[in-house]
Amino acid sequence: MSVVQTEQLTKKFGHFTAVDHISFEVGKGEIFGFLGANGAGKTTAMRMLCGLSKPTSGKGIVSGYDIHKDTEKIKRNIGYMSQKFSLYEDLTVRENIRLYAGIYGIKEKEIAPGTDLLLEELGFLKEKNTLVKSLPLGWKQKLSFSVAIFHNPGIVFLDEPTGGVDPSTRRQFWELIYKAADQGITVFVTTHYMDEAEYCNRVSIMVDGRIEALDSPANLRKNYECDSMDGVFHQLARKAKRQAD
Amino acid sequence: MNKIIQVQNLYRTYGKVQALSNISFDVEEGEIFGIIGPDGAGKTTLFRILTTLLLADSGSAFVDNCDVVKKYRDIRKRVGYMPGKFSLYQDLSVEENLQFFATVFNTTIEENYHLVRDIYVQLEPFKKRKAGALSGGMKQKLALCCALIHKPRVLFLDEPTTGVDPVSRKEFWEMLGKLKTEGISILVSTPYMDEAGRCDRIALIQNGAFLKIETPDKIKKDFALPLCAVHGKSMFALLKDLREFDGIYSCFPFGDTHHVAFKDESVSIEELRSYLEKKGHDDLILNTIGAGIEDCFMNLADGEVSL
Repeated sequence: MSVVQTEQLTKKFGHFTAVDHISFEVGKGEIFGFLGANGAGKTTAMRMLCGLSKPTSGKGIVSGYDIHKDTEKIKRNIGYMSQKFSLYEDLTVRENIRLYAGIYGIKEKEIAPGTDLLLEELGFLKEKNTLVKSLPLGWKQKLSFSVAIFHNPGIVFLDEPTGGVDPSTRRQFWELIYKAADQGITVFVTTHYMDEAEYCNRVSIMVDGRIEALDSPANLRKNYECDSMDGVFHQLARKAKRQAD
Repeated sequence: MNKIIQVQNLYRTYGKVQALSNISFDVEEGEIFGIIGPDGAGKTTLFRILTTLLLADSGSAFVDNCDVVKKYRDIRKRVGYMPGKFSLYQDLSVEENLQFFATVFNTTIEENYHLVRDIYVQLEPFKKRKAGALSGGMKQKLALCCALIHKPRVLFLDEPTTGVDPVSRKEFWEMLGKLKTEGISILVSTPYMDEAGRCDRIALIQNGAFLKIETPDKIKKDFALPLCAVHGKSMFALLKDLREFDGIYSCFPFGDTHHVAFKDESVSIEELRSYLEKKGHDDLILNTIGAGIEDCFMNLADGEVSL
């Protein structure tokens, strides 16, 4: 069963076609890498899938809901985490979890035990009353991710979750992703780190609003005769005609 | 050779946070020197002190033989600074921004046009556009032009490639290579370890302290443990089993392989292979490899093995 399904999905801003007739599917529990150069249309496409932006034309279903009509239901049933803002800096770790859990309608009596379990898994128990602004970036990102999947969504969208994070925390972050996928949560992720593209089950590469390639990293490397995803990305992104975002 | 930047025992705290701790290093004239480390490591604090925008708690720093405290006015004339956050005038056009920065430094665009030409030609089609309406990549190019237009002796680039896609990042580094041939010294910071190889020398920084200062090649060569790349069918299961293997010092995922550092030379790859086969792993590929900068950074940051 697919969790994301799009058909000829398109978004235009005036004469500019940001997303140009993209069709693809993402399966349950899959780690799906959504790559492209700056300005290729990734963010616009992701915003449509999250119910934040209406498509100009084409179809899209996310977690069983129509991205034209059911945008509110989509928002309730997905997880989302961006690089820039996910947590409230002036709230403590525990308060942030409680806030998000409340927003997603988790029952009061389930929040406390869920919070303890989450903090224990992350090794953050000691930090539960620490203000988020005093945490190192890598910790914030791990916490944001856990908060984004606290309500056990069918799919979580991650927009450059590891930018600027130190190398070992970046890897711990990916282990959290694997774990979530193991539990059946579909992971839809963008990144500028090409080694991280290798951790995905399948990867799509957007160029000028279109999906130019979509396959497993191993097949992409084979088809483009490259020994790394970096090479594949360079080959495809160099074809871009339009100006970066 | 002349030292264009000299830093001795620099310390800086913000409240309880030790942002910089005993930082000392020199940059030779004409060198591209990279400060490499994650967000929050202290890179920006260091840049702000060297560009005379922030005072250190203690220690000394000289840029082009000028003390950063006593002769800050001289330094400001001689350096170009591109902060991590876009700080040009959003309401001025591309052309007006460049004009403005040239005028402030008592020069003209024409006088030093040769320095920015390669970059500016890419901006020229948009020269009437307001800076705020430019794309990320274009903003970055304009910021570099504005930092260069007064022909600085040293260029300070604080995370110029953060959030930039791999193709544009490569182009940016090619531009820096060209500037080096013009005799401009460059101090540049980045969180991307793969950019280390573009620098003449690098300092790896974490938690406000330098882990090591060396040429990128020497850092890689100094990695003391035998290293092996392992690939298998089920990578996540493989990672868990690798970590339980006795002879392993560390194991980290690196894209399509896991990098395994052995505790010492006594463990052979064949031993590891038979252990993994017993655990039921298929399609195993094991190869001895040399360390990359990221392997070195994690190893040094870990602090348990002296290199």
